[in-house]
Amino acid sequence: MKILAVVEQRDGEVPGASREVVSAAASLAEEAGGEAHALLLGGPGVSDQAAALGAFGASQVRVVAHDALADYHPDGYSKVASQVVKDGAYDAVFLPATSQGKDLAPRLAALLDVPLAQDITRASVVDGALELIRPVYAGKAFTQIHVEASPVLATLRPNVFPAQERDGTAQVESVDLDLDPDAWPTRVVSFEATGGDVPDVAEASVVVSGGRGMKDPENWKLLDDLRAALGSDAGLGASRAVVDAGWRPHGEQVGQTGKTVAPKLYFAIGISGAIQHLAGMRTAGTIVAVNRDPDAPIFKVADYGIVGDLFEVVPRLTEEVRALKAEG
Amino acid sequence: MNIIVCIKRVPDTETRIRVGDDGTSIDQSGVKYVMSPYDEFAVEAALRTREALGEGEVTVLTLGDDASQETLRTALAMGADRAVLLQGDVSHDGLATAKALAAEIGESDPPLVLLGAKAADDDQQQVGPMLATLLGRPCATAVSNFETKEGAVVCQSEVDGGTQVLELPLPAVVTITKGEFEPRYASLKGIMAAKRKPLETKDAQTAPSRLSVKSMELPPEREAGKIVGEGAEAVPELVRLLREEANVL
Repeated sequence: MKILAVVEQRDGEVPGASREVVSAAASLAEEAGGEAHALLLGGPGVSDQAAALGAFGASQVRVVAHDALADYHPDGYSKVASQVVKDGAYDAVFLPATSQGKDLAPRLAALLDVPLAQDITRASVVDGALELIRPVYAGKAFTQIHVEASPVLATLRPNVFPAQERDGTAQVESVDLDLDPDAWPTRVVSFEATGGDVPDVAEASVVVSGGRGMKDPENWKLLDDLRAALGSDAGLGASRAVVDAGWRPHGEQVGQTGKTVAPKLYFAIGISGAIQHLAGMRTAGTIVAVNRDPDAPIFKVADYGIVGDLFEVVPRLTEEVRALKAEG
Repeated sequence: MNIIVCIKRVPDTETRIRVGDDGTSIDQSGVKYVMSPYDEFAVEAALRTREALGEGEVTVLTLGDDASQETLRTALAMGADRAVLLQGDVSHDGLATAKALAAEIGESDPPLVLLGAKAADDDQQQVGPMLATLLGRPCATAVSNFETKEGAVVCQSEVDGGTQVLELPLPAVVTITKGEFEPRYASLKGIMAAKRKPLETKDAQTAPSRLSVKSMELPPEREAGKIVGEGAEAVPELVRLLREEANVL
């Protein structure tokens, strides 16, 4: 089985979600007897990052470097990726289920005329074929799907598949394609970062989420302090109620009309646990809840709970985490 | 400017999901169906665009069975001008859906096609950009706000870590997410008027689905964990457990 992982690069780095996809592709290819390749698109110099993907199991990294590919461009990336996939005779093509991956994959599907399975949470090889599991109804149910086309095209949910380092080096191959950026109709005007260096809630490996119990948007300082104490891979989340109230941006919303997340550690602070919020975070590794109300539904899914006033608990928690991190 | 909005009938997001007897789909008994919330944003965006420009017609389009007429009527009650029901099977294969929609939309070729960024049932988040690619049009996804200008639409696309501004020449396809387009409620007058608005039914030109569901299961119940304690005094013990038992700190 020959699998291609289409990876992302940002500020000279391949983000975690992309490394996970390479690693998952390598594990599955190994299981089925085959090899995993990676496709890296970017500006001139992007090939510097290519060799490092060998450590996650890619035997070959195909690099397309061009000024017009320095940042994600939907028309350019979909054209280039579809060309590489067609030329490579792949059995499966995986992308990370990030906002970029979920934008690119459907275009790729239409260009290749194959179906697409978004947001896969489990993948295995059974009788030489891929068996894929994906959530529906924002995680209230999971479906095992069957794809009757080749290549099997899927996006993999961040933080679910481990990024395993292994001994291996990748052969880096530069792909020369005739690109005509003037023919790409979309014009990328600007990008405005919202969170600075804070990772997006969908990609963060630790999430600090706040709900109505926070009482006032000003109080988010408390959560941001905790987030900062937890480290650079921690992000902020929010319940639907506080997003609807305009306290927090929609990009942070966790749940059925927001994002479905799977961090290794999730803090639900002042969140009662409406069914559609629970659907969005129940696949988190460890869930911690802090709530005044001992009967709040969030305690039914939390691994650890503290009943009490979050305005006392959270600052103390931040202090303890800071002390712990300082110890190393 | 004429606008087509593609919408979908889905279970209310408050629904408690149960697996049906077939083991591959949900038990529909007692389930309340609504327009997918993202599609409501898209209908609202279309209505506001029509109102701002003072001209054009908003058509709502869906692929589904007769029950979807109710969803189309909801959009008509919000203010859409006409509705089209493509009768056909809806599967989890978004490309099959996109092909059916493309066959219909290609005929009238309106300057702007809007969809919800994803359907709140299969969460596949793909029909919009697939449709655009099939039609050979540019597309912006997860757009929280946009404005039309001479021959183009300028979109704020919500991406991980920020907002990307994209300018698409018309005709274009845009998928809408939560943001600027908080949907209006249908007025009583709107609901009455919707009954007299045209709703056309035709057979969909469906492509076979190549992505099927073999089985559907509910996630394992998370076992309720422990209440570590009450108030700030419980924090040191919580931190110890996170570090030593859960190994996550």
